[in-house]
Amino acid sequence: MVTLNQYLLLSAVLFAIGALGVFVRRNLITILLSIEIMLNAVNLTFVAAGRAFGTADGQIIVFFVMTVAAAEAAVGLAIIIALFRHRESLDPDAFTSLKW
Amino acid sequence: MLGGVAVVASLMVIGQRNPIHSVLLLIASFGGLSGLYILLDAPFVAVIQIIIYAGAIMVLFLFVVMLLNVAREDTEQDERVHVQVHRGSMRLGAVLAGLLVVELVWALASAGTLGGTFGPMAGLPAPVTSVHVIGQVLFTRYAFPFEVTSILILVAMVGAVVLARRETPRPAAGADAAGGSEERPAF
Repeated sequence: MVTLNQYLLLSAVLFAIGALGVFVRRNLITILLSIEIMLNAVNLTFVAAGRAFGTADGQIIVFFVMTVAAAEAAVGLAIIIALFRHRESLDPDAFTSLKW
Repeated sequence: MLGGVAVVASLMVIGQRNPIHSVLLLIASFGGLSGLYILLDAPFVAVIQIIIYAGAIMVLFLFVVMLLNVAREDTEQDERVHVQVHRGSMRLGAVLAGLLVVELVWALASAGTLGGTFGPMAGLPAPVTSVHVIGQVLFTRYAFPFEVTSILILVAMVGAVVLARRETPRPAAGADAAGGSEERPAF
């Protein structure tokens, strides 16, 4: 009834939603949230593929992806806090000193 | 149904102006995904998704949002125009994301049916999805990445503390306090 393709399609749609959020939003925290959406879409792909091929490897890779996502979210938020202390703004257009 | 919840919640995440609403909607999306993981015979992943993602990472996001007292993403320009369609770069970004969806859907459609339908529960080797089997595979085949991940978490923790540290102010008026205490009569 439910094929692997449907799960992959849902994962692709979620990934594109996350990518859209990264491109469109002008708030640093929302951009980080969109990156988390993309990571979740990839997790769904791994779990669905692992289930379809009958192994537990998909879930183990998801374990590692979640760990890396947690570490990256912590460091990203620390960077955002440090940036906010400098410019009092969370707009990515406010940080243009490296622009040529 | 659960997939629809995840998609709708994610769409609302990127469309909200208030970042607190975005975080709460993302928690709803994670709940939908966790239900999908349960349907995919992955109870371990479903539970750690709720514990780690919805319970720790999103709470950290909420802390930072409230710490920075993030205002709504509004300027005078936003008041007149709808939030998604005001700038050329944003339109390009939306077009690119649409192209990504089209390309992924086309790739999935042209690859045919991968792996067929999911086998029934009896067809699956019975202990594949239990925590016991996951632990077995994790600590034997993937033991090295597991240890490297622990070092990664340590590095990330130290890095986050260093990056977010406020510069401590220098201790001022140390001499004045010493002079004042000398002039006080010693009872």
